[in-house]
Amino acid sequence: MPACGGRTLYAMTLPTGAQLLQYLISGLTLGSVYGMIALGFTLIHNATGIVNFAQGEFVAFGALIALSCSEAGLPMPLAVLTAMAAMTLLGAALERAAIRPARGASVITLIIITIGASILLRGIAMWQWGPDALPMRHFSSEDPIHLGPASILRQHLWIMGIVVATMLGLWLLAERTQVGKAMRACAVDREAAQLVGIPAARMVMLSFALSGMLGGLAGSIVAPLSMGQYNMGIMLGLKGFCAAILGGIGNAPGAVLGGLLLGILESLGAGLCSGMKDAVAFGIMLMVLLVRPTGLLGRRAGRGEAVG
Amino acid sequence: MRVRSKRYHQLAAAAAAAAVLPLVLPSEYAIHLAVVIGINAIVALGLNLLMGYAGQVSLGQAAFVGIGAYASAILSVKAGLSPWIGLAAGAALGGLTAAVVGGPLLKLRGHYLAMGTLGFGMIVQIVMVQWEDLTEGTIGVMGIPPFSVAGLALDSELRMYYLVAASAVLAIALAGNVIDSRVGRAMRAVHGSEVAAATSGVDTARYKLQVFIMSGAMAGFAGSLHAHHAAYVHPDSFGFHYSIQLVVMVVLGGMASIWGAVFGAGAVTLIGEQLRSFQEFSTIIFGAVLVAVMVFMPAGLWRGSADLIGRLLGSRGAGGRRRA
Repeated sequence: MPACGGRTLYAMTLPTGAQLLQYLISGLTLGSVYGMIALGFTLIHNATGIVNFAQGEFVAFGALIALSCSEAGLPMPLAVLTAMAAMTLLGAALERAAIRPARGASVITLIIITIGASILLRGIAMWQWGPDALPMRHFSSEDPIHLGPASILRQHLWIMGIVVATMLGLWLLAERTQVGKAMRACAVDREAAQLVGIPAARMVMLSFALSGMLGGLAGSIVAPLSMGQYNMGIMLGLKGFCAAILGGIGNAPGAVLGGLLLGILESLGAGLCSGMKDAVAFGIMLMVLLVRPTGLLGRRAGRGEAVG
Repeated sequence: MRVRSKRYHQLAAAAAAAAVLPLVLPSEYAIHLAVVIGINAIVALGLNLLMGYAGQVSLGQAAFVGIGAYASAILSVKAGLSPWIGLAAGAALGGLTAAVVGGPLLKLRGHYLAMGTLGFGMIVQIVMVQWEDLTEGTIGVMGIPPFSVAGLALDSELRMYYLVAASAVLAIALAGNVIDSRVGRAMRAVHGSEVAAATSGVDTARYKLQVFIMSGAMAGFAGSLHAHHAAYVHPDSFGFHYSIQLVVMVVLGGMASIWGAVFGAGAVTLIGEQLRSFQEFSTIIFGAVLVAVMVFMPAGLWRGSADLIGRLLGSRGAGGRRRA
């Protein structure tokens, strides 16, 4: 890993305009993936109050399934859809098998359950796909498009387009459909929602399923750039986490905004000093937690649950 | 008073068992494992005070172990100081770091605290990698000298074992004393209900911080033992994975139980070693066991098995009613 200790100060030169544009492009791309992962956290957190540490594994599985399907000759849209469908099922299964039986458990217990699930899933991924990083075809031609001095990969555009479309779809689901309204009602007050006849338990399962689907999609769109590896979910999951906290846990637009901001800051930070890439994300997260734990767009009312 | 004397009896029994244990251990490798378990147990005991008694989760405890290990390694290799000074410095620096970060971090609750400590742990590990002038980055610090007592180097597994065993027994005694003390009562009150504790005059913030500092110091102390045992420290040893393992030791053994923490340290260390030959299946089995224990025995294996045995021995009627 290249480092920025005292020995490598030359890496600290200021970037040129073209480099800045390049960082911005890769930052926005990575940021939209973080935003999507953060949105997965948000869905589950709103339905259950749980922070799902297995979210990153949804992403890794999505990537690995999509690249295997594409390797097996499936057309790309079908490969991505397969990954999404598989992860939807996995999300629902996780809820049914491990979360529902532990209803009412303490925060620490729930954290350990999702961590245990993430370890289990990582083990399965390593057993199925081995320890090495596997490549995946880009969705379309790999020739970059030149934008003046900077260049952009078609996969970058695919990622941003798909993320925007997904956000739009989720927004429509939440605002315009009966199911979406029921989910939002559960997020506001589960007991009250149950009293007016909303099947809250099913909504919880649905949030896990949707969250799995989002993870699967995020994994399959990022895999052509990042490759797929059994342990890729650890860092991606944690970064999604940082994004969710930056935007304000439980706030969907905040998750997306947090993801984009984090992606850009991380990309700029890595441009200045590549060894510090991860420090940017965790540093920002710590700063947000200490200064404003409700995040950029968090509700003030949520303050009580974060800080004592 | 009776609780105290029961603790002393248990402690004496544990010390005696630890003293004769190497005689029955079959190999040098088994003694090596016992040393690793002892070191992990010291960290787990501190973390258990924090998680089990004060109810505060830490997903960054490995950072304190790493700080202690690096402090000790750097002082003895680069400054040429005695490992004993390193041991004291490791514990002190672990506690000091906890004091500095604990102030702001412990204001957070639940998941937020978990994320805050996780972020802290990540950043400490990045510093270990990046501060190459001091830590040698990804190469790690090598050639760390062993402890020595009156000219006798603790360079064999057996000699190191007695130092670690004595430290672990001391840590158990310390944890027991803390739990029986005024601080322990306050901690249990904080765990029960922070609001209720605060309204009855318990300075909850201060007690939480005290316990955090103690867990940090115990982790730093254990880190120094690790450095002089392994003769080598590397940033990978003190990452997120190890933090998770430490939390698992505490919850698998059973929170709010001193012997549970020791049992958990032993179980997790041994499971990790045993499963190594299964390669990828090790992680699968480990994850599955972890989920199952947390879902079906949230009180941990130590207390959970006792409950289970009690239930099996007890009337079937009670079991039937539970199901219904």
